[in-house]
Amino acid sequence: MIRRGRAAWHVGTVREARPETPSARRIVLDVPTWPGNAAGQHLDVRLTAPDGYQATRSYSIATSGPDTLLELAVDELPDGEVSPFLVHELAVGDELDVHGPLGAFFVWRPDETSSAPVLLIAGGSGVVPLVAMARAHAAAGDPTPFRLVYSVRTPDDVYFEKELADAAASATAPLRVDYIYSRVTGRLTRDTLAAVAFPVSAAPQVFVCGPTAFVEAVAGWLVDIGHSPTSIRTERFGGT
Amino acid sequence: MSHLDGNALAGPMAELFAFDITTASARCSGCGAIAVVATARVYTDAAGTVVRCSGCEAVLATIVRAPDRVFFGFPGISAIEVRS
Repeated sequence: MIRRGRAAWHVGTVREARPETPSARRIVLDVPTWPGNAAGQHLDVRLTAPDGYQATRSYSIATSGPDTLLELAVDELPDGEVSPFLVHELAVGDELDVHGPLGAFFVWRPDETSSAPVLLIAGGSGVVPLVAMARAHAAAGDPTPFRLVYSVRTPDDVYFEKELADAAASATAPLRVDYIYSRVTGRLTRDTLAAVAFPVSAAPQVFVCGPTAFVEAVAGWLVDIGHSPTSIRTERFGGT
Repeated sequence: MSHLDGNALAGPMAELFAFDITTASARCSGCGAIAVVATARVYTDAAGTVVRCSGCEAVLATIVRAPDRVFFGFPGISAIEVRS
């Protein structure tokens, strides 16, 4: 289905803003006209300067379903045009122009699930759309086996730690979370990935999101290990 | 900044298409490869947005914004398949 949730511009009001990690902030937006979104979708935030200059950036949504309260987590890029404003200056009560819901490729829907297990692989803030999928899976009580492999610098840099623990505690929706602390125990490698991923014989559906270099490395390893390229969906957010 | 991918086109292309272009498949007129638009390479650090084939790097599409208009170019797409 390609027409559901037609994207449009909306005005959102900041309801909550608090530190998520040392470099990132969680922002809860109230968007009364929001038509709902699938797990994994994103929105575009547009900032307009007093002189009319506009900058637009994409942010994944950590929530899904019909709710009009949307959770975002924004990592500050030191040279960024948009993220430093969102992390340091945006205040509760401020309004933001948002465009969405966007993207029907990098989504997981409980009602369209097959029996294949789902493997989620995140690098840093790339976990945000995967958090939406894990929460949707838990909320639906969906029996599809889920695994999340989450590569993050240190334990302090974990996003949505409590939400992931809650999702993993679901009795009906199995989720296992493996953390890879890249600055503590070393980066994710092909061998580690092969050890924690579902086996090739289980033919998992795979979602990979993170910095571009991380996504390219992981997608390459998955194919090397023997996973079908067509079973792997990727989303890159750039980075250095 | 390194490149993004075609998922990032969902917003800009929503101004042009009535459906989500990122799940459609496009045929590259450079190498003939047919790929889901979400898997294309997207470069946003130029004056506009440049979309390249992930197979042969040919320019599939460009988006350039001016204060009061947007220019969409499709120099390298010979067909788009949209599932109904």
